[in-house]
Amino acid sequence: MSQFLTPALTGQIINLLAAVLLLLSFAMLAQRRILSLIDLFAAQGFVLTLSTAFVAWATGQTHLWWSAGLTFALKVLLLPWILHRLIRRLNVKWDVETLINIPTTMLFGLLLVILAFNLAQPVSALAGTITKGTLGIALAIVLLSFLMMITRSKAVPQVIGFLAMENSLFFAATAATYGMPMVVELGIALDVLVGVIILGVFFFQIRERFDSLDIRHLEKLKEE
Amino acid sequence: MSWEILAVLGIPLAGGVLLALFGHRRAAAELNVALSLATFVAAAALTARVVRDGPLFAFGEQFFVDSLNVFLVALTAFVSMTTSMFSRPYMRIEQEHGKLTEARLRLYHSMYQLFIFTMLLVLLTNNLGLLWVALEAATLTTVLLVSLYRTPASLEAAWKYFILCGVGIAQALFGTILLFMASQKLLGTGVEALLWTHLLGVRSQLEPTILSIAFVFLLVGYGTKVGLVPLHNWLPDAHAEGPTPVSAVLSGLLLNVALYALVRCKVLADGALGTDFAGQLMMGFGLLSVVVGAFFLARQRDIKRMFAYSSVEHMGLVTFAFGMGGPIASFAGLLHMTVHSLTKSAIFFTVGHAAQTAGTQMMDDIRGLARVSPTIGWGLMLGTLAILGLPPFGVFASEFLILTSAMRQQPWATPLLLISLGVAFAAVFRKVQPMVFGDTTAKPLPHRPALIPVFVHLALALMLGLYIPPYLAAWYREAAKLIG
Repeated sequence: MSQFLTPALTGQIINLLAAVLLLLSFAMLAQRRILSLIDLFAAQGFVLTLSTAFVAWATGQTHLWWSAGLTFALKVLLLPWILHRLIRRLNVKWDVETLINIPTTMLFGLLLVILAFNLAQPVSALAGTITKGTLGIALAIVLLSFLMMITRSKAVPQVIGFLAMENSLFFAATAATYGMPMVVELGIALDVLVGVIILGVFFFQIRERFDSLDIRHLEKLKEE
Repeated sequence: MSWEILAVLGIPLAGGVLLALFGHRRAAAELNVALSLATFVAAAALTARVVRDGPLFAFGEQFFVDSLNVFLVALTAFVSMTTSMFSRPYMRIEQEHGKLTEARLRLYHSMYQLFIFTMLLVLLTNNLGLLWVALEAATLTTVLLVSLYRTPASLEAAWKYFILCGVGIAQALFGTILLFMASQKLLGTGVEALLWTHLLGVRSQLEPTILSIAFVFLLVGYGTKVGLVPLHNWLPDAHAEGPTPVSAVLSGLLLNVALYALVRCKVLADGALGTDFAGQLMMGFGLLSVVVGAFFLARQRDIKRMFAYSSVEHMGLVTFAFGMGGPIASFAGLLHMTVHSLTKSAIFFTVGHAAQTAGTQMMDDIRGLARVSPTIGWGLMLGTLAILGLPPFGVFASEFLILTSAMRQQPWATPLLLISLGVAFAAVFRKVQPMVFGDTTAKPLPHRPALIPVFVHLALALMLGLYIPPYLAAWYREAAKLIG
């Protein structure tokens, strides 16, 4: 650890970054425009890179430098680029329709944050890392991304919600354990990348069939 | 270092790449069969070696084979081989009906092999993180298979499958992170802290609070893939809309593999908690799945959907048995996994050809199968009787064992189980009977269907009902001991 950093200061900085991540999640929940949503997702990836790099620097865990680099390449550069390209190629409309209005969604979001903090409290008390206070925030972001997925009616925002959920799990892994072993992290990154590519293919299939990416068209299969 | 493990994983992986290049050729279906056969031979060699020498490690403990997973590896390799044999004439007929282009057939063949690879990786890996990665990859490979026909309904099913399983499995990743967090205190921050065998060694010292929360997340995550109610919504759609060989491997293999992942986690949670917490959760979810699955059977009109709900019911039964625990219940659970996998895939083989003959999956419009093609008709009838638990088939034996141990250990659950099994019997038999018998104007299929796999599967299920060879019984007992 560097001599300028007292453990208290390190904890403060990590908590600050975690708070920014939580704020970004709420911003995503409230955002109506798809392109801004992608930018917010990229911003989330960037803060995640910062926090991972900071933990790597503060604790001297060298493999975290690699995961910070991986996060930057995948979540700040590659995935937003793929999503932007998809939006352009698919020529989707700019506005996102929500199934529940946004103020109500935000209220639900607040409740989820309280729930997450309560759930994480006994666990984070037992964690041995300097970043343990952030586990509650990580769980809150998981739940907020989940909320975003179920309140959006278009396919692209749902996928961004899915990716945001993966971001928060990654944050949880850094917060609670200083990151998963490298082989696992690479595997997860590969899964995410392949998943986005498959979804890209999938968007074209849905559009070709329904002339729209509104997944409300996808509600025919129901129990009679 | 073991060449068997290398071959079991390497053949389907290489096959996936090979078929991505040549999967559209005329001989691709035969190549698919040959690759699956080679995988099965390698799996048989691996099994023989484990039976002879006991558990083994490979690649610095990254892979681990014991009696629990070797039995699933053999089953997976076997059913994927017979499914590829069934798929050869089936997909050819689909292509001639104009449902598939060459490019999609190439995608199908390549993804089929990769799907087998991911399942075998889940089974063989010792690293719980890698297990998660492989199970997620298994979802990814099958998403495009479910939407292979590109009909609106199949796209919807695939989307639902992707989103629900993606969200579900994200919960499992959170659980895995918590598990890693608990084990780091004992095993350090390296890869060892995620290796199942190492975790097993220290399982009684793992922090119980973290483990109980971790297990809940793992249960929700992997339970989504097992198709436990109320997380089962993707399952009937994915089974009904995908091509039939995919339904057969989803139902017969993927559900088993996901349940295997859950059982491995349960063993750790049990050791750490020292209570019946994990078992009770599994019993609850399992029982709910049995009841809901059975009652939904009566309402189905699509034949593949109906048998998908039957899978929900049977996986619930196995989950219940593992939750109950104890040597007999775990033994019965393993036996039920085996016979369900064999019988259900056999049923899907006949159902696929039945739907092709009638030109529809709606049960009201399928009639007189025994008249058009006696093998399809009788195959479906026998398969249905077997899955409904009629003696002397293997499902009867395992259900009998599960019920008797439920009477001893959890008497309150027995009436619910019995009623559900009765409801399932009435619902399914009433619908299958007119499909097999009765009059029809349908014409026989243009290609002779490969129905040998159906009768091989049913014969094996029958054999397991009448007589379990002593080495197999010893093997189940050994595996049941691992589950606890």
